[in-house]
Amino acid sequence: MTATTGQVFTPNFAHTLAGRSLRLDRGTRSIIKGLSFKIASGEALILRGANGCGKTSLLRILAGLTLPDEGAVVWNGEKLHALSATWRNAALYLGHTNALKDDFTAQENLVDALSIDGIAAEPVAQLAALERVGLLERRQVLARRLSQGQKRRVGLARLSLALAHTPRKPLWLLDEPTNALDGQGVSLFTGLISDHLNGGGIACIATHLAFNLASSVREMNLDSPTEVTQ
Amino acid sequence: MSATLDAPYSSETSVFAPERGFLVALARDAKLAARSKGEVAQALAFFVVVVSLFPLAIGPESELLKRIAPGVVWVAALLSVLLTLPRLFANDYADGTLEQLVLSVYPLPVVVSGKIVAHWLMAGLPLAVLSPLLGLQFGLQSNELSVLFASLMLGTPVLSIIGAIGAGLTLGVRGGSILLALLVLPLYVPVLIFGAGAVEQAMTGIDFSANLSLLGAILLLGGLVVPFAVAAAIRISLD
Repeated sequence: MTATTGQVFTPNFAHTLAGRSLRLDRGTRSIIKGLSFKIASGEALILRGANGCGKTSLLRILAGLTLPDEGAVVWNGEKLHALSATWRNAALYLGHTNALKDDFTAQENLVDALSIDGIAAEPVAQLAALERVGLLERRQVLARRLSQGQKRRVGLARLSLALAHTPRKPLWLLDEPTNALDGQGVSLFTGLISDHLNGGGIACIATHLAFNLASSVREMNLDSPTEVTQ
Repeated sequence: MSATLDAPYSSETSVFAPERGFLVALARDAKLAARSKGEVAQALAFFVVVVSLFPLAIGPESELLKRIAPGVVWVAALLSVLLTLPRLFANDYADGTLEQLVLSVYPLPVVVSGKIVAHWLMAGLPLAVLSPLLGLQFGLQSNELSVLFASLMLGTPVLSIIGAIGAGLTLGVRGGSILLALLVLPLYVPVLIFGAGAVEQAMTGIDFSANLSLLGAILLLGGLVVPFAVAAAIRISLD
């Protein structure tokens, strides 16, 4: 909605996402402390670490759902206000829940998610995306009857359509996106991430999986937050 | 896919208007309600049964029945709406779609307004439509029935609006439905007084328009202010 200053003047604007000394307390413990990083268009930040080390919390901070106790998230050089229009327009968040309505079919869930994203995809494009993720035959099945992997694949179909339609979401925040996916699903996912990064997008992914991405991938281990570039 | 990759990402002015979020949320919840018609029917059946219990319990004393009719119908409507309130946000909270709605391109207060209107269409409007029929059991006259209908048409949206605050605040709280009732019922008192009061005044032949005007004023004020409060409550619950 709001065209951020700067983007108006530069047609091929490269986005940057940065965290500035983020701290998050839960109870008496800081699960995230003094965390800083910066990534730019075409880069992916892979979050690693043991269970409970704060991967999901960091993604929620980056999405604007959780307010950090200290520090700020900076998008294109501007400090973001949680859930501001700029932020909501930029970010696509896939949480650890599948965000599917049990009473909707696979295709209806896809349409529902897209309409919330403000994306109007024609039925032809929906079917193509469902075919790409291998759900074409199961598109009329209620989400409650889909397997865990198939539910995840509905999310992949959403990513695939988000790639091809406006408004394009430059910032993907993905929480364990490959959970319950089979080998073919994982390669499908890495393909989507590559397309996204090649198109100038940014991705933050919490995962245990090793990726083979051609684009620049940075890894951050949240057990000991020192950034390593591959 | 490759053709689309040539276009660089930009946050150029988007094609969607914020107001569209209202229709998106409304259509979504209406469709979901259509998938679980049972729940809508149950709340309506609860209303009918509770109202019908009173003539059975009190007996055919027409004067007494007529006197308690406005209060009985209003209290039953209030409880019936209360039963459906957890559905407003709790399901979306449980399956993760509430996060998506919060992160939607549409402003959250607009989305919340759509959800409140959808809730009223499913939980409040049927009660108002059915109320004249139930009023007949109590021997209300036609002009009294129409005042009962009007008071519920103005009052049930307020029940949805006020209830949304409670539903937003009690998201993710254990034993939330009892807490929700304790939180919301006291706030329903003014609506109950004005709503039932209007019908009583019509029965005694006094001018009842002041009560209806007050209900309308609460509706307008609540409709404008509450979506922002509910949006804030949801954000806090998700933090």
